[in-house]
Amino acid sequence: MSGFGAVLGREIRLSLRGGGEMLTLVLFFIIVGAIVPFAVGPDKDLLQRIAPGVVWIAAFLAMLLGLEKLFGPDRADGTLALYRLADLPLSAVVAAKVIAHWLTAALPLILASPILALLLAMDLAAFWRTLFSLLLGTPALAGFGAIGAALTVATRRGGLLAPILIAPLCVPVLIFGVGAIAPVGGPEQAQAALLFLAALSLTVLALSPFAAALAIDWGED
Amino acid sequence: MPSPKPRPSMSIETAPKMSWWNRLAHPGQFVQWTRPLVLPLALATAVLFVAGLWFAFFNSPADYQMGDTVRIMYVHVPTAWLSQFVYATMAVSALGTLIWRHPMADVSMKAAAPLGAVFTAMALFTGSLWGRPTWGTFWEWDGRMTSTLVLLFIYLGIVALWRAFDDQLRAARVVAVFTLVGAINIPIIKFSVDWWSTLHQPASVFRPDGPTMPGSILTPLFVMFFAFTLLFITLQLIAMHTEVRRRRITTLERRAAREGAK
Repeated sequence: MSGFGAVLGREIRLSLRGGGEMLTLVLFFIIVGAIVPFAVGPDKDLLQRIAPGVVWIAAFLAMLLGLEKLFGPDRADGTLALYRLADLPLSAVVAAKVIAHWLTAALPLILASPILALLLAMDLAAFWRTLFSLLLGTPALAGFGAIGAALTVATRRGGLLAPILIAPLCVPVLIFGVGAIAPVGGPEQAQAALLFLAALSLTVLALSPFAAALAIDWGED
Repeated sequence: MPSPKPRPSMSIETAPKMSWWNRLAHPGQFVQWTRPLVLPLALATAVLFVAGLWFAFFNSPADYQMGDTVRIMYVHVPTAWLSQFVYATMAVSALGTLIWRHPMADVSMKAAAPLGAVFTAMALFTGSLWGRPTWGTFWEWDGRMTSTLVLLFIYLGIVALWRAFDDQLRAARVVAVFTLVGAINIPIIKFSVDWWSTLHQPASVFRPDGPTMPGSILTPLFVMFFAFTLLFITLQLIAMHTEVRRRRITTLERRAAREGAK
C-alpha cells in the first residue's frame, strides 16, 4: 500500500510542479467551450439548450489531450521499466496513475466548469446537474484514457492514436453524462442515466488498470 | 522461419500431445493444410453469389411498398451480419493470442480487421442508400445505425493500431487487449445508443419488417447470406496466407541483412 501511495504522491507532485500543465488544460477546456458561441451564434436559448453537451465535449477533449503525459514520460526515462519490475503489481501502479490523472486532469476542469456555465447561459439547476454528472462520469473517461495511453505507449506515433481508439468506447459515457443533465424523458430518465453513469465509472475504474497493465506489459519485450 | 523444435518434456504423462491444434500453430503447416481449401471455397462462393444475385434481381418480387429498393436488403443484411461475425472472429482470435499465444490467432486477428471494416462500411453504405428512398434521408441517428457507425470506428482504430507497431508480434498482443476491451464494450455501446435514440426519436421512423417475410424474399436472402459468409471465410484464409508469407519475407530480409553485415 505504501508503494501505491508513493506512486500516487509522485504523480500529483509531478503535475503540480510540472510548470503549468494543469493551467493549460483548464484554459483549453474553457476556450473550447467559449468558442462554441462564435460558431453557433450568441442566441441564449440555443446556448442554454446545448450547454450540457458543450461542457461534456470540452471536458472529453481536454482529458484526451492529457493522455500522452500519462505513460509517455515514464517510458522515456525508464521509470515504466522499473515499475514493471517492482514488487507492487503493475495494475496497482496504473490504478494509482488513473486516480492521479483524475485528480490533476479532471478535477480542475470540474472546478472551472462554473465559468463555462456562466458563458453558456446555464441556469443554476442545470449547472448543479452538470457538476454532478461530470463528477460521476469523468472517472470512466480517466479509466478509458489509461487503456488508450497504455495501448499506444510503445508505439512511436501514438500521439493521435489513443484518442481515436478510445473515443468510440466513450460514447456511452457521453450519452449518459448528457442524459443526466438534459432530461429528455423526464426526471426519472435523468435519474436512470445518472445511475448508469455511476455504474459505468465504477466498472471502468475497477477493470481498466488490469487491461492497461496487460497492454503495457505485453507491448514491451 | 525456424522449424518447430520438439519441446523438452517433463515426463511422459505431462508431455503435451501434439494435437491438430498444436500442429496448426506452425504457420508453414497451416498454409500447407489450408491452401487446398481456397479454390473450392472460392468456387462455392462464386456459385452462391451467381445464384443469390439471380434470385435477388430476377426471381424475387419487388416489395409492394418499397418497390425495387427491397433488393438492397440482399446485400445489406448479410454485410450487417458479417460486421458482427467478423468482430466475434477477432475476439476469439484475441483470446487465442492472449491465452495460448497461438501464432495463427495473431494472423487471423490481423487478417480479419480490414475485412470487418469493409463489411461494416458496406452495411452502412447500403443502409443509407436504402434509407434515402424509404425514410427520405441518407442518415438517421437511429440506434442500429449509430452503433454500427461506432463499430466501424472501432474497426478502423484496430487497423490503425496494427499499423502503429513495427514489431507485429508485440502489436498482436496489444491489439488483442484492445479487441477484448472493445468486445466487452460493444454490448454496452449498443445498449446505451438504443436507450439514447429511443429518447430522442419518435418511434414512428422504425417500421418493423414484419415477422412474416414471404419465402420469395427469404430464399435470396439466405443464399446471399451464405455467399457473403463464405466470401469472408475465403478472403480471411487468403489474407492469413498473405500475412504468413509477409512475415516470412520480413524474417528472410532480416537474416539477409544480418549476413550482409558480417
